Amino acid sequence: MYPENYRYTKEHEWVLADGGTGTVGITDHAQQELGDIVYVDLPKVGSHVEAGKSLGSVESVKAVSDIYSPVTGEVVEINQTLADAPESLNSDPHGAAWLVKIKLDSAEEIQNLMSSADYLSYIGAEK
Amino acid sequence: MPAEPALRSTPLNSVHRSLKAKMVDFGGWDMPVQYSGIIDEHNAVRTAVGVFDVSHMGELEIHGPEAAKLTDYVTTNAVHKLKTGQAHYSGLLYEHGGFVDDILVHKVADDHYFLCVNASNQDKDFEHIRSLKEEHKFDAVVENNGDRYAQIAIQGPKGMATLQKLTPVDLSAIKYYWFTDGEVAGTPARIAHTGYTGEDGFEIYVAPSDAARIWHLVMDAGSEFGIKPCGLGARNTLRLEAKMALYGHEIDASISPLEADLGWIVKLDKGDFVGREALVKQKEAGLGRKLIGFEMCARGIGRDGYEVFLDGAPAGWVTSGSPSPTLNKNIGLCYLPLDESVPGKNIQIMIRNQPVDAVTVETPFYKRAK
Repeated sequence: MYPENYRYTKEHEWVLADGGTGTVGITDHAQQELGDIVYVDLPKVGSHVEAGKSLGSVESVKAVSDIYSPVTGEVVEINQTLADAPESLNSDPHGAAWLVKIKLDSAEEIQNLMSSADYLSYIGAEK
Repeated sequence: MPAEPALRSTPLNSVHRSLKAKMVDFGGWDMPVQYSGIIDEHNAVRTAVGVFDVSHMGELEIHGPEAAKLTDYVTTNAVHKLKTGQAHYSGLLYEHGGFVDDILVHKVADDHYFLCVNASNQDKDFEHIRSLKEEHKFDAVVENNGDRYAQIAIQGPKGMATLQKLTPVDLSAIKYYWFTDGEVAGTPARIAHTGYTGEDGFEIYVAPSDAARIWHLVMDAGSEFGIKPCGLGARNTLRLEAKMALYGHEIDASISPLEADLGWIVKLDKGDFVGREALVKQKEAGLGRKLIGFEMCARGIGRDGYEVFLDGAPAGWVTSGSPSPTLNKNIGLCYLPLDESVPGKNIQIMIRNQPVDAVTVETPFYKRAK
């Protein structure tokens, strides 16, 4: 359920580093907690984001929640399909419904994040 | 650090947990906010049938020779006009005209009234009525009986067909906002043709010890219609589409029923009642503000507490806002100055520091075909 090659934040985002680029999304746990997602707000391509700072927001029927960037770097691509199909975040949060791709300022930064095993025990503990 | 007070739970708590509902702290109660998803549950109620645990709601009972007089004195609607077996929506007000709570009053007998009140207000409501009873020496007894009833709502166009399988009472003979004391699944039940969804349906009051058994029987009876367990999330979107008020949002101690567009539950000509004088004055002086519906014109959802701007200046606030699953629009309710509180006004709602266009509209947003 939680891919072992992803790294995870306490705010329930994931990042998959591939070379110097990190693909970022929200976790299955996050989408379950949010419920039916109706809007996704993402940063502009070319903007610089910082780890731990707001990257955008997701809005469900119930509420709006910030998304926090797991990494620092420049946004090089955003997932355009989410504008028309925000509900795909509920069905495929770890795959097709990725949010942004970020050119990493530092490849080491993701070492500070949780492994899938750590994240699983974290969400277990949170419940 | 002070210990968090334990959450109160309904007799159906373990049922919700076994259904893997997402649970939330709702005014001190551990309640299901959703099971399969708010939109899915919402649509089940609009098109078929959904079942809600509303056992957290409070029940106050007023008995005695002056039960009717006391109930009439503490509420805004005309209690003396209720027939035995009839119910109505009403307001429980402070002297200054603001809401203590919004409630349903059921006339069980000439000397017995049954009040369904909001969960988090039940103790406050009880104290309020009891102290007025003492002060004015009404010959009546007020009981705080929330623990004696579980309440299950069966709502939707197939609600009657679902519940009918479980009761010998002819449900089609119970008019809307009437009730009957009968049996459901062989056990005593108060069966009310009421609801908080804008859809047809029933609310049944049963003993807490029977709640889980009846819940499962309702689920079985509704399975052929695609019945779904529904949580507070869908309850909120359903009631909002029907423009039914939610205490703590559209109404509270600072809001009068006239401001809340609930003039129809205020019977100023019925004789004295708590809050009457304040409402008469408010009517004479003119209301400062009034509740109105809106639809978003641009991307965004105006939510509870967001500021409303008119001609570039702050003019009011949003009380409830949500996507409407039935209408596929983003809708909400807000307070605006009386003169501006009419359909067709262009307004802006401040959504995270950005003004977003919306327009005021007629309500209810959704009305079922009768």
